[in-house]
Amino acid sequence: MTTVFTVAALTLREAARRRVLRSLAVLTVLLLALSAWGFSRIDAEFGGLTSGESRLVAALVLNLVMFGLSLIAALGTAFLAGPTLAGETESGIALAVLARPVRRRSVLLGKWLGLVVFGSGFVAVAGSAQLMITWVTTGYWPPAPLTGLALLAAQAIALLTLGLLLSTAVSPMASGIVAVGLFGATWIAGVIGGFGGALGNDSIRRIGTVAHALLPTDGLWRGAMHAFQDPTLIAGFSEAFKGHPFLSATPLSGVYLVWSGVWVVIMLSMAVAAFQHKDL
Amino acid sequence: MTAGPAAGPQQTAGETTAQSPAVWAGNLKKRYRRRIAVDGVSFIVRRGEVVGLLGPNGAGKTTVIKMLLGLVRPDAGETMLLGRPAVDPRARARVGYLPELFRYQPWLTAQEVLTLHARLAGVPADRDVLEAVGLADRAGDRVGGFSKGMQQRLGLAVALAARPELVVLDEPTSALDPIGRADVRDLLLALRQRNVAVLLNSHLIGEVERVCDRVVILDRGKVAASGTLAELLGGRQLRLHLDGVGPEAAARLGAEAARDGEWWTIALPDDVPTLVSDLVSLGVRVSAVEPGRVSLEDRLLTILREAR
Repeated sequence: MTTVFTVAALTLREAARRRVLRSLAVLTVLLLALSAWGFSRIDAEFGGLTSGESRLVAALVLNLVMFGLSLIAALGTAFLAGPTLAGETESGIALAVLARPVRRRSVLLGKWLGLVVFGSGFVAVAGSAQLMITWVTTGYWPPAPLTGLALLAAQAIALLTLGLLLSTAVSPMASGIVAVGLFGATWIAGVIGGFGGALGNDSIRRIGTVAHALLPTDGLWRGAMHAFQDPTLIAGFSEAFKGHPFLSATPLSGVYLVWSGVWVVIMLSMAVAAFQHKDL
Repeated sequence: MTAGPAAGPQQTAGETTAQSPAVWAGNLKKRYRRRIAVDGVSFIVRRGEVVGLLGPNGAGKTTVIKMLLGLVRPDAGETMLLGRPAVDPRARARVGYLPELFRYQPWLTAQEVLTLHARLAGVPADRDVLEAVGLADRAGDRVGGFSKGMQQRLGLAVALAARPELVVLDEPTSALDPIGRADVRDLLLALRQRNVAVLLNSHLIGEVERVCDRVVILDRGKVAASGTLAELLGGRQLRLHLDGVGPEAAARLGAEAARDGEWWTIALPDDVPTLVSDLVSLGVRVSAVEPGRVSLEDRLLTILREAR
């Protein structure tokens, strides 16, 4: 376990000292500043809205901004996961480390743990800041903020685990690009599936269901959106929720949450197996 | 010349780890797709011994080293490090390694890199090693700003960080200037004095000749020759610069004498002064008498040519 924690601490230090953290910080501050300005304009520009309508707009814009944050977390962790494993293998840094009396799986689990702490920490800090901004500017406070943030963190964890698996097989940059590409493709498939549901077309709806099972990032994101919405809105604006990419009508099922956990364990086990057999 | 190690793992199993060889490699094989990289390599590095691994590019030297350290999985064969099977990571607890491709975390300082490696090895960091490699004044600087030579010096410090009993150095002077090379030579001699075994892969044959007790020569994935320098280089010779060598004098030098212009090379006789006085009495002008030895480089080339 010492190796796991030593490597996790090393991974966190790497994240803190590399430019990726500064880039993430700049992007996040920009997004938060933009959202603060945007939320303050909602009240000013849409003064004629009913309280229900303004809550709907606040929830929708909050989900939109949270999507931006989740995108930053996903991009950040996926592009950290690639270099930290494939990059070190390519450059030779891994040679000296793995010649120590350590098991490869401990090194990989340490890297995973470090990335999980980094991704979750980012979601917690940036997400909480966003919720505070929304509350101060519009007075809107979501019903289950902790659940929402936890699901956003879970989304980042799912993607970084995929990035880690890919980085055992392909180059650092390719693993980041493929992970982010799959993330985007799953989101689009989720949106298409949502339209299928709204139109009552089962085969189109199934595209979203299959995508959510293959890569749970979008499924977890939809659960997070649901946790950030006022539940009374669904009853009042049911039509608006149908097929909307930034509103979610249903919460996540327990089965899906379990599947997401199992999915992460499977991906991590595959990454361990691939790394264990890799010739350096 | 020996083709393989004298003792197998069965024989070493009964010994304590302190008595067992530092490295025991038996019949190592590795194939990359169609190319055979290592084909039945066996050798031993005893405790406190400095062994040189020589051979042309692509002979399989680095692959052998990586198989010893668990970085490459052998297709066949066994390895014991310091008395433990190499598949057990604990076998590497007292092993230091400087890879041919030496790179260290650029975002860490030199001291942090050492602390990391000591922690992974489960020992307290040895703070003197940075001084031993001439980097004491750069301990707090980030590795990203180091030159290649400085990174290689840091690599040597990392190899020595966990108080090793075996040090594996893969081309340890490739990026070093002549002073750095001399420092490495002194370091290797100091390690031998401390009874630390060293496996040294180097293209600099002179370097190997100066510090190694034994040499293993690899060619096309196989052990072409191995043994002590004396075994490989044969008996010592005598070189003489002679003028006016007649048939009698030539007979006195012996039938095996080799001539290159006015230079004659013979096997070192028991009594050199008598030989010289005999030659003078036979009318030969003796301008120079010096010890001669086949260089390791010449011997290596001969072995490799014979093998092909």
